[in-house]
Amino acid sequence: MASALINVPPRARRGEIIEIKTLISHTMETGFRRTQLGALIPRDIIRRFVCTYNGTEVFRAELHPAISANPFIVFSTVAVESGTLEFHWTGDNGFSVTQSAAILVE
Amino acid sequence: MERRTSRREFLRAAGGVAAGLGLGSIVAVTPARATPAEMQEATRRVVGAAPINPGRVKLDLPPLIENGNAVPLTVDVASPMTGADHVRAIHVFTQKNPQPNVVSFHLGPRAGRARVATRVRLADSQTVVAICELSDGSFWSDRADIVVTLAACLEDGI
Repeated sequence: MASALINVPPRARRGEIIEIKTLISHTMETGFRRTQLGALIPRDIIRRFVCTYNGTEVFRAELHPAISANPFIVFSTVAVESGTLEFHWTGDNGFSVTQSAAILVE
Repeated sequence: MERRTSRREFLRAAGGVAAGLGLGSIVAVTPARATPAEMQEATRRVVGAAPINPGRVKLDLPPLIENGNAVPLTVDVASPMTGADHVRAIHVFTQKNPQPNVVSFHLGPRAGRARVATRVRLADSQTVVAICELSDGSFWSDRADIVVTLAACLEDGI
């Protein structure tokens, strides 16, 4: 089972820019590698990462095979209100992981 | 009569398998490569006919990296990130990876700061290009040269 690590500050001041770090375990098989017998290893990557803040999309990324195994993505957002940040990763072979983090804005 | 494999037959068969494996590994170390022309084409697919201006973007990449499988990459765009003037998207392209596209980030005024970081694979020493799209429709870019000692994509197969 895939597991994700998310680093979101638990509390922030209103209007503050917070940095979010995400890491998810995934092999990101490129689809360009071959076995020693020459057979192509099929592609298996995460295609899309979306972050929503209380239901509103604030960041989105489209990943390609050139992203390293265990994709690590750092981005930022403005702390506007208390609530939940949701993170969705979707990819090949029906890969889908959702995680959330709560933030308290004062 | 009982049929047993002689030593000679066994060695002949084993040699055949070894040759097959050798051939397989030769095939494995010649992956497809994108060319600078393909990168241009991929860039044009994103940008369209709009001109790409140098500046405003800062692509941060180490000048020399030992392991091409995980190269830290940071893109920083000088932008106030307001509703009227913000970065809409950041795209990263490479010249010599099997595919020119690396990643596309979509941001908005809610990002607060146009700065993203990730880790990428690089198949060779090459030039990496970051292109950002602003809310007024203009495109800005930066490029960085990197020397890769151990290339990604060339590791042994399973």
